[in-house]
Amino acid sequence: MERMSFEMESRSCNEQFARVVVAVFLSRLDPTVEELDDIKTAVSEAVTNCIIHGYEGREGIIRVEAAIEGNEATVRVIDKGIGILNVKQAMEPLYTSKPSEERSGMGFSFMEAFMDELTVESRPGEGTAVTMKKTIGRAKE
Amino acid sequence: MSQQMDYERMGGTLFLHLPPEIDHHSSQEIRERTEAYLQQGGIRQIVFDFSRTSFMDSSGIGAILGRYKRMREIGGRVAVCNADERIRRILRISGVDQLVPEWENRQ
Repeated sequence: MERMSFEMESRSCNEQFARVVVAVFLSRLDPTVEELDDIKTAVSEAVTNCIIHGYEGREGIIRVEAAIEGNEATVRVIDKGIGILNVKQAMEPLYTSKPSEERSGMGFSFMEAFMDELTVESRPGEGTAVTMKKTIGRAKE
Repeated sequence: MSQQMDYERMGGTLFLHLPPEIDHHSSQEIRERTEAYLQQGGIRQIVFDFSRTSFMDSSGIGAILGRYKRMREIGGRVAVCNADERIRRILRISGVDQLVPEWENRQ
């Protein structure tokens, strides 16, 4: 297994940074452009959730981990923010806790659509960890 | 950080030439600058031009839906143009393609 991780401040300008770093690391799996775009979108959604919902715009640290095992990529995005009271509700398509901020409510739906597996672990007051997995190379089979 | 977003007004139509990447960070600028244009009055249509855009996440969808609702309030319309296959997929998955039609001819 190959791993990498980094931590960054919860600023919106880091959304692009995070998805690019993860994409560069996972490019050693030789993914198609579409697979890489799928991962970039999912990472962007997870990091945006940390900034908007986890830390609610306040300062905080976001940890991003990625791993490669065989042809499977795993990405974890972790915050120590406010956590999610009702994970099931948060994952419902179009649900948003911040309708006034023009959120589409599609963040988790996009992560599910673009990755093979999505797990959300959260404790109110402690933070949230999102784990996403995707098998690379299916398109070439 | 502004990512090369330009606005072009032609009569009652406002063209938004969108940045290369649309995420939560860049969509805040789309929202604020578009609203400033709308305040000038006389805009009946907003066209999102994706010709320079290769990445968009659900924050971009939020920005488009926000402009869609805003224009509907004032009896206006929203359209998209020059979306590549990736952007079309995002518009399709989110269902935005059902609300916002393709702008076919700039002229």
